[in-house]
Amino acid sequence: MEVGNPLLPLSRPKIGVQGATGSWRFRKPEIDQGKCIGCGICWLYCPDSVIDVEDVGGRFKVRVDYVYCKGCGVCASVCPTKAIRMVSEV
Amino acid sequence: MVKLTLTGNHCVAYAVKLSRVKVVSAYPITPQTTIVEKLSEMVDSGDADIKMIRVESEHSALSAVYGAATAGVRAFTATSSHGLLYMHEMVWWTAQARVPLVMAVVTRTIGPPWNIWTDHHDIMGQRDTGWLIVMAETNQEVLDETIKLFRITEDPRVFLPGMVGLDAFILSHTVEPVEVPEQEVVDSFLPERRQPYTIRFGDPLIMGNIPSDLLLNAKMRWDVHEALGRSTQVIDEVDREWGKLTGRYYGGLVECYRCEDADFLFIGAGAWVGDMRLAIDKLRDMGYRFGVLKVRYIRPFPGARILEIARGKKGVVVLDRSISAGSAGPIFLDLAAYFQGKNVTIPIKNVVAGLAGFDVNYEDFVKIGERFVNEVSEVGWVENHLEFYPLR
Repeated sequence: MEVGNPLLPLSRPKIGVQGATGSWRFRKPEIDQGKCIGCGICWLYCPDSVIDVEDVGGRFKVRVDYVYCKGCGVCASVCPTKAIRMVSEV
Repeated sequence: MVKLTLTGNHCVAYAVKLSRVKVVSAYPITPQTTIVEKLSEMVDSGDADIKMIRVESEHSALSAVYGAATAGVRAFTATSSHGLLYMHEMVWWTAQARVPLVMAVVTRTIGPPWNIWTDHHDIMGQRDTGWLIVMAETNQEVLDETIKLFRITEDPRVFLPGMVGLDAFILSHTVEPVEVPEQEVVDSFLPERRQPYTIRFGDPLIMGNIPSDLLLNAKMRWDVHEALGRSTQVIDEVDREWGKLTGRYYGGLVECYRCEDADFLFIGAGAWVGDMRLAIDKLRDMGYRFGVLKVRYIRPFPGARILEIARGKKGVVVLDRSISAGSAGPIFLDLAAYFQGKNVTIPIKNVVAGLAGFDVNYEDFVKIGERFVNEVSEVGWVENHLEFYPLR
């Protein structure tokens, strides 16, 4: 250890620290863009921060990053318009 | 420099103001309260530029100053007894997070029964946490050590928090003439704040996340120990520099009174060392050549410095104002372990006294000293290594 440079219990946020966790999934969330009202609740609740909201002409467009989405289904259960459906992948 | 008559608690407040602390958070507890009250008055009158954060507990008080310190400012808190125990979790956390900050601990008995007088169980209970711990004998030392601790804890060789201990009422609420340095002197002594990392908006950091590498985690623990080892040199350098600036040099980790030509030593920490000084003058008049070795720093434990001074003496009496129940007094335990590690055999007696604020004055130390010399002369060794005073 260098003097003046203590070992620190610090880390920085980084995408995909545990690898491509999308392979853990057996059902995937599919978004019905016709039903989606762009409220952003799924983005707020996603425990893995794999939902992105994009501002398209003043309206949120929701997109899922399937490389890291583990398929827990929290987004589908909180969606107020039932615009997210969990679809089996097996 | 101005000379004022100040209580120990007001000395802490002056030192905090002079150190340009930016954030203070504390919860009231006797006998600490007047530290933060004085600071509040200073803020109210415009004498100090400090953000005071009011909280609902000591756990939150240390959490608040920890947060402020990680954001990059000098921060301070103060507590006593049960308050210190309540924040114990954060005492550990702040040290292992390597965040420099300073706390004053007005040492007070732990209940039950409820008791506001001094003993050292509260501060001694923190000695494994990784904090630097310094004990003051006088109000002047309280003021000086509080200022110095900011410099020492923010040194890159250390980067750990530190606490200054002052005995309840004996120092905290008793006035003594104290030299208060000018702001320019303290400004020249304390550099810009340094710390190992700073948390800023736009630069997210995760502090204390679950470790992916346990060996690295283990090394972090050992690194805290090593940093405390390195701090011995920093303490000595800083004490000498303060001595040059103010004329007050305390000897770094330990301070001696008539040790050189002594056959026997009293070893202790805190305000009662003043009574030991009186006692050994009297003991010398009686023909017993005693000296006093004041342990200023409990952590890092100055084993090497104590051994240097104690080597060749006919015996030492370690006076502890607390006991690790089921074992012995904590200063004795550290000292005996160090001496054993260096294969040094000197008769050592541990006298546990002054618990629960039970008064011990210089006459008591005279009795303890006289009896010790008789025991060592008659038996040639220490019959009972641990004694409670004043029983028997």
